[in-house]
Amino acid sequence: MSILGIGILTWITFLPILGMVVVLMLPKEQKETMKWVAAGATFLQLVIAAIIFLNFDKGMAGINSADGMQFVERASWIDVQGLSWFGRVHIEYFMGVDGLSVTMVLLTALISFVAVFASWNIEKALKGYMAMFLLLDTGMMGVFVALDFFLFYVFWEVMLLPMYFLIGVWGGPRREYAAIKFFLYTLLGSVLMLLAIIALYFSVTILDPATGEKMHTFNMLAMMDPANLEPDSLLAGVSTYWRYLAYIALFIGFAIKVPMFPFHTWLPDAHVEAPTAISVILAGVLLKMGTYGMLRINYAMFPDIANDTAWYLAIFAFINIVYGALCAMAQKDFKKLIAYSSVSHMGVVLLGMAALNTQGMMGAVFQMFNHGTITAMLFLIVGVIYDRAHTRDLDAFGGLAITMPKYTGIMTVAFFAALGLPGLSGFISEAFSFLGAFQTFRTITIASTLGIVLTAAYMLWTLQRVFLGQPNEKWKDMPDINFREAFMLVPLAIIVIFLGVYPSVILDLMTSSLNRLVEVVNTGAAMAIVP
Amino acid sequence: MSQETLLTLSVVILFLPLLSFVLLIFFNKRLPKQGDWLGTGIAFVALALAIVVFFTKLTQFPNETIQASAEWVSFGNVPGIGQLTLDLGIMLDNMAAVMLVVVMLVSSLVHLFSIGYMHGDVRYGRYFSYLGIFTFSMLGIVITNNFWMMYVFWELVGLSSYLLIGHWFEKKSASDASKKAFIVNRVGDIGFFTGIMILYATFHTFSFDSIFGTMQSGTIPFGSETWLTAAGILIFCGAIGKSAQFPLHVWLPDAMEGPTPVSALIHAATMVAAGVYMVARTFAMMTGDALMFIAYIGAITAFIAATIAIAQNDIKKVLAYSTVSQLGYMVMGLGVGAYSAGFFHLTTHAMFKAGLFLGSGSVIHAMHHALHHAGDHHTDPQDIRNMGGLKSKMPVTYWTFLIYTLAISGVPLTSGFLSKDEILAGSLAYGSLTGHYLIPIIGFFVAGLTAFYMFRLLILTFWGEHKDHHRLEAIHESPRTMTIPLIVFAVLSFFAFYSFNPFGATDGWFMNAVPRPVSSVPATTAAAGIEEFNEALHYSHTSAMLLSLLVAGTGILVAFATYYWKKISADNIATTLAPVHKFFLNKWYFDELYQATFVKGTDGIAAAYRWFDEKIIDGIVNGTARWTKAVTLGTKNNWEEGNIGAIIYLVVSGVISIYAGWVTGNAIWPEEITVLLAIWNGLIALGVAGLTFFLFYVGVGGFDNRIVDGMVNLTAYAAGFFGLLTRKVQTGKVQTYIAWVLLGVMVFFLWFR
Repeated sequence: MSILGIGILTWITFLPILGMVVVLMLPKEQKETMKWVAAGATFLQLVIAAIIFLNFDKGMAGINSADGMQFVERASWIDVQGLSWFGRVHIEYFMGVDGLSVTMVLLTALISFVAVFASWNIEKALKGYMAMFLLLDTGMMGVFVALDFFLFYVFWEVMLLPMYFLIGVWGGPRREYAAIKFFLYTLLGSVLMLLAIIALYFSVTILDPATGEKMHTFNMLAMMDPANLEPDSLLAGVSTYWRYLAYIALFIGFAIKVPMFPFHTWLPDAHVEAPTAISVILAGVLLKMGTYGMLRINYAMFPDIANDTAWYLAIFAFINIVYGALCAMAQKDFKKLIAYSSVSHMGVVLLGMAALNTQGMMGAVFQMFNHGTITAMLFLIVGVIYDRAHTRDLDAFGGLAITMPKYTGIMTVAFFAALGLPGLSGFISEAFSFLGAFQTFRTITIASTLGIVLTAAYMLWTLQRVFLGQPNEKWKDMPDINFREAFMLVPLAIIVIFLGVYPSVILDLMTSSLNRLVEVVNTGAAMAIVP
Repeated sequence: MSQETLLTLSVVILFLPLLSFVLLIFFNKRLPKQGDWLGTGIAFVALALAIVVFFTKLTQFPNETIQASAEWVSFGNVPGIGQLTLDLGIMLDNMAAVMLVVVMLVSSLVHLFSIGYMHGDVRYGRYFSYLGIFTFSMLGIVITNNFWMMYVFWELVGLSSYLLIGHWFEKKSASDASKKAFIVNRVGDIGFFTGIMILYATFHTFSFDSIFGTMQSGTIPFGSETWLTAAGILIFCGAIGKSAQFPLHVWLPDAMEGPTPVSALIHAATMVAAGVYMVARTFAMMTGDALMFIAYIGAITAFIAATIAIAQNDIKKVLAYSTVSQLGYMVMGLGVGAYSAGFFHLTTHAMFKAGLFLGSGSVIHAMHHALHHAGDHHTDPQDIRNMGGLKSKMPVTYWTFLIYTLAISGVPLTSGFLSKDEILAGSLAYGSLTGHYLIPIIGFFVAGLTAFYMFRLLILTFWGEHKDHHRLEAIHESPRTMTIPLIVFAVLSFFAFYSFNPFGATDGWFMNAVPRPVSSVPATTAAAGIEEFNEALHYSHTSAMLLSLLVAGTGILVAFATYYWKKISADNIATTLAPVHKFFLNKWYFDELYQATFVKGTDGIAAAYRWFDEKIIDGIVNGTARWTKAVTLGTKNNWEEGNIGAIIYLVVSGVISIYAGWVTGNAIWPEEITVLLAIWNGLIALGVAGLTFFLFYVGVGGFDNRIVDGMVNLTAYAAGFFGLLTRKVQTGKVQTYIAWVLLGVMVFFLWFR
């Protein structure tokens, strides 16, 4: 499918860049225009996402089959005959979506669009902000649609740079510290990932369809096929030492993004210092790249190791869930509390993934989507009172339910969705993750259910401290949410409720792909790779 | 009427209250009288439909279970299992039909009562909308045919309870109570959910019928009877939370912070009975051991709550503990195998306990107005010590309250006598079958206690002298919207509605409509079968009835002797048995115990984890950064001073330490590929990567003194890598960066080749 002769995935990925170019060309004073350009670019992106959603074939599995990918765009990008020992370098511009990535594409488009409106009150250097924001958008979208590992890595790094500036320039008082921490931490992951990519590159060979010549490739799908592994190469075999090493290198790279304990400490700092819109993007989309990468790359390329180490992953998931919830409980800063709640909720994703079965994986991927919408709401909610009161101290408020009833209504939806109330989307994904995980790990899953109680406890405690009780005299004239804020929050609330009642809209997109992935992981491990 | 029509009607009944919720939550301010008529009207329409469904079901299809399901979520073609779906469905059997009427009856009358009681409330309209969502959720539990929906509506009931307890959220005590209710219920719910997970892992379905059917044919969870018993007990944990059983009963008394009609609807008649209903629904999968556990929990709860109730002075608190105690009875009834009796008691209790709460609401309403009239804001309108002599002033409230009290005490001709008698007979039969005589002993003792504390309440509230004459003058009977529900419940507390024989319900329509289901568990683990149980029941019936009459009579007599004739001084007893009295008055110190252990403990652990996270985990992260900075700065200075030796030393020592790690790793785990080894070597790889990485910077001039500038360079590195030029890049250096980075990449390439 293409528009004006250009593939739809190219459009959805690079539309923000177009917007960025326009923003950069605008004179500094035209702030309103810049905002509307950004809004327009992300809106068009959302429209394209909707087109993709409507035209998506739910029966096609994708994952490790190029034929099962949809909206595929494929062209040779870099093709050089290198030094004799280096061989030919062939990098493709290879994009496509399947059931695993299509939900993330939808989420990215949705959250980006919402986040533009959350950026409406940015005063400082708006031009730079919007340019960076749109660049970030491209990076995120690119990660989810790229099927060439080199391309994937490029997008992965593209996203890093604007994020660094967005936190470091437009953030709160400790913005520089938070930005550096975020950057260095993610870069550490990238370096590890790069090592693994290179190892994979030299281990996998395919035949050039044009010339029949044997060559190395960055094609992710080729890397998933054990038949393409060179017999004597580094990563040949099953559960070998080097395969473990590559797996762990990739895994740490992604785990930092998730963030998985103990690599999570950049998250509270980054979230707290980032402006509202960026927190929304961070929690809504960026964290999902970690789990997406694990599913797409670790699981599909190293099914043997994925099977061997699932138990460890489940342990880490448990720690994330319970430790994250307990840390959240002890926070005094509203935003930090939400940040730690993300750690806890992403633990549910890890737990569902570790199950290596359909229910668990569906729960995990659906939780990625739901966490995106719910946490976006939570950060927007914090943003609303921070804009008005300039404090996020949980004990500074009280009784907002009386002064801001509409706001409280929407907040209630978000809070209860976060604590997994049935009827709202978060419940279904959590329940599926647990149901799946229990079939594989009984004890760990039972222990993890503790998180369900802890989440309810800290969420309701927060709700009580901020919204219930007598109104604080200081904020008694605080205005209720305005149209712009409602415009961001209400659609998200509707999505959360709608998916809680009728989750099939999203779940059906992923069913075929995730069943395929489960099959790949479970059979791939048993498949003997002739050394 | 066809079966499909019945199901359709049930669905309509289910969704009517939801409609009421949606309309009222959004438009209550814009509707005349804030839409109270709308909510109440919808509730009565649903009640009328429920009665139609009830009669049709019991007359036309008395023995069928009507159900329908539809696919909700598809898991697709699951590897190893095949096509798998998650279906939603509803089911209408006699028990559900009865419950539909019970729920809608109490709900609609509470709606009506609230019009008077909540008059002038700050969030009047919202209150009615919450009643709507509660009724919806409760009906959902009633008519579902699977565990999934049961759990969904189970939690939604929890939400509505949360909202209604916290209706007056300005009060700290109210918001505390609502939070406590939700969290304590969640504790039970994770047990419930774990039970569901056990069943799902084995049966891959949530449907009651499929699970019990497959179980009947011999498949049990993980092939183990222990897991089967565990599943039963874990599912029962949900009931422990929702039906306020020991040890999770602590939330219910606090829930009395909510408006009194809410206490009648949710915390007496319907929601708290959901646990009992759920145990009845899942009765077929309970093993003998699980049932024994259930019976003991019920008995312990009944006992603890009754002892607390005798010492309370708040009219609602007495009723709250009485509710806990009666719920214990129902659970005990199910546990001993008196299935129909347990459900029967649920129904009769719903009527008279809803009545008791509404009656207490009527009293509180009157007291409140009288106190308000006198400008008295200190006297507690709910304290029975401030009451007395209300009989003459509030005749309707008094007479209905008397009927309820007779019913709950188990006096003949009332519904309570019938149902309680059946449970006690069942427990006696259980005792004779299994030798667990403690359960019937507790049962009869609690029956006596119940009669005592209920008559204490009645006497102190309505009889005797009122302390303040002026106040008594100001007390008036409540308006008709409030008295009509009282009269309806009082009428429904007579035996004739349930059985024409005032001394036995066994042959009445009710007990026959909900016969005990056949157990699905393997015969070796099942409790005594239906026939065996009925035979034992037959022998214990007469003695149970006589005994229960005796204990109830004694309880009533002692209450009169103490509080009416004053032959026995309550104060004297309280002084003589001071520690015991204090123990009961303070509710066995459960709240204090939980506060000191679970609440404080969790807070403490949370604080400790926060410290650990910020100081240790993050400390390591920051420490690494500081260390790296120090090392690179040192290297940089050495480099600039031409001190090559120091750099060589650094590199060589790095290489040696890596090699040492390598050798150690291979020596400890020779040949074998273990995860630990891989992690160890992963760390080595990390070290190599880090070292290489920082050598780039050494090479190009390294870090500036301030780390921020260092970061700019880092950015430049990233930017340079992808040819993305940013304005902050110091021109001229970019090429150098790129050259170094490319070199680094080549090193990797070489290394891996």
